[in-house]
Amino acid sequence: MKDAEGDIQTERFGLKTALVYLVLTAGAVLFCIPLFWCVSAAFKDAQSVFRLPIEWIPRQWHPENFREAWTVLPFPVFVINTLIVTFFAVVGQVLSASLVAYGFARFNFPGRKVLFMLVLSSMLLPAQVTMIPVFIIWQKFGMIDTFAPLTIPAYLGGGAFTIFLLRQFYLTIPRELDEAAMIDGCSYFGIWRHIILPLSRPALITVLLFSFMANWDDFMGPLIYLHSQDKLTVSIGLRLFQDQYGQTNLPLLMAASLLHIAPVVIIFLIGQRYFIKGIVMTGLKG
Amino acid sequence: MRRLRFWHRPAFWGFVFIAPWIVGYLCFTVGPMMGSLLLSFCQYDLANLKFAGLSNYERLFTNDPLFWKSLWNTATYTLFAVPLGLTGSLMLAVFLNQKVRGLALYRTLYYIPSLVPAVATALLWNYVFNANFGILNNSLRSAGMSNPPQWLQDPNWALPAFVIMSLWGIGGGRMIIFLAGLQGIPDSYYEAADIDGAGPLSKFRHITLPMLTPMIFFNMVLGIIGSFQVFTAAYIMTGGGPANATLFYVLYLFRQAFEEFRMGYASAMAWVLFVILLVCTGIQFWQAKKWVYYEGEVK
Repeated sequence: MKDAEGDIQTERFGLKTALVYLVLTAGAVLFCIPLFWCVSAAFKDAQSVFRLPIEWIPRQWHPENFREAWTVLPFPVFVINTLIVTFFAVVGQVLSASLVAYGFARFNFPGRKVLFMLVLSSMLLPAQVTMIPVFIIWQKFGMIDTFAPLTIPAYLGGGAFTIFLLRQFYLTIPRELDEAAMIDGCSYFGIWRHIILPLSRPALITVLLFSFMANWDDFMGPLIYLHSQDKLTVSIGLRLFQDQYGQTNLPLLMAASLLHIAPVVIIFLIGQRYFIKGIVMTGLKG
Repeated sequence: MRRLRFWHRPAFWGFVFIAPWIVGYLCFTVGPMMGSLLLSFCQYDLANLKFAGLSNYERLFTNDPLFWKSLWNTATYTLFAVPLGLTGSLMLAVFLNQKVRGLALYRTLYYIPSLVPAVATALLWNYVFNANFGILNNSLRSAGMSNPPQWLQDPNWALPAFVIMSLWGIGGGRMIIFLAGLQGIPDSYYEAADIDGAGPLSKFRHITLPMLTPMIFFNMVLGIIGSFQVFTAAYIMTGGGPANATLFYVLYLFRQAFEEFRMGYASAMAWVLFVILLVCTGIQFWQAKKWVYYEGEVK
């Protein structure tokens, strides 16, 4: 009796499972097609990319497109600029958000709840409301066309999302550890440095990755603040590419785009589990 | 007992640690917010500052068809992109939650599009939508459609094209949040429903959906705010065209501010956007009591 029931179960399960796999696989293929096209276009020459029907596998491979994309505009300069901005912004965000989150997670002070609500509510604030005066401030300081507007604000709080995520994590670290360290003569700053930071490595990696992505992706910031060609980041540099080669040499543009996409995808693949955890943490407890 | 000196008190140190945020909040949020509110009553082109009373708002509401056009475009886009995106993400999460083997692989494949930087996405989809050799129209032609839409060149199809493009991201963060929500629903709920003879649809309707309402709410609030700020794709792909069909609100605001240097006018636009989103979010929070279910909440 039990066996028979089990058999029916597996059989029905089999059909349903097959259907689920079919839908999932078809969907995944559909979702990957644009990227697949991008990769294949990046290896073609300027004529065959327009040929119909689409050659999904290029008949002739042109890997030299990547070398050309790398040299035809000062692409290495764009990459270095992006790395500089991203590095300083990420360090600032993680460092300052970590301090602030420690303050919110471990200390009782008047107005803490209200202030933390302000942190959270600033996630809902559209950036445009502050964008113009902030631009004017940087302009008055003569900082337009420098990396300062893209990096310095990161050191002042590090963003609501980052603070929230780290605070949630710090709340899970037992307070007894703080107290033990305190008895041993550790200062509050020492507790942050020697207890909180080492124990929250996964959370720090998570926010580090998010911060990297956000800064690597950023378009509007560099668009507003950076103007001369030797200051541009990759996302703005790609626009130059589009203007110059969008019509005439599409494979070059696609190769350059891939150079922009690849680091993000690679970093995601390496740090995947941290990403997923980070997203889940903000979604479930918000 | 002697009172601790203030620098020994934990409260003092609390403020010390959150000080960077307080400084940043004052300098980069509160101050600029006040600044843009004041600017919205002025005319300012980065050189001459002149008080202008309510004239910016007056012009916005009564004498600027492009303002209304951009607001309309953005609202229409939001009205389609957010519900479709939420439904898509939810459906995808339900499929991925069917105890499939290789979940991590599928999750990665669906997640990758949302990783692609906005500029690269825009450049790529520019050619997906290309009327002649684009992937989309090629597929439509081979499916027997002799005259597929011109997408980004057609004022009637450009906005739908942006909605379609936004659906490429349904496997991103929203879906991960739904998936985690699904995995948090205890099996015992479904088992109890099985005993009562509930079918799969009824289980979805009466267990899955109510249990996911907090995540739906969260994704919806942030989704609407995000969708009202769509910018990069339009800036790269269409520049707002054709015939202003994809002139989104923030694109128009950006032009007023950084191409026309009408800082006062753009600030007025920013505050109108802020108020719209505030009202929108407020309504959602107020309505949430009626449909969002929090487990363990005392009614």
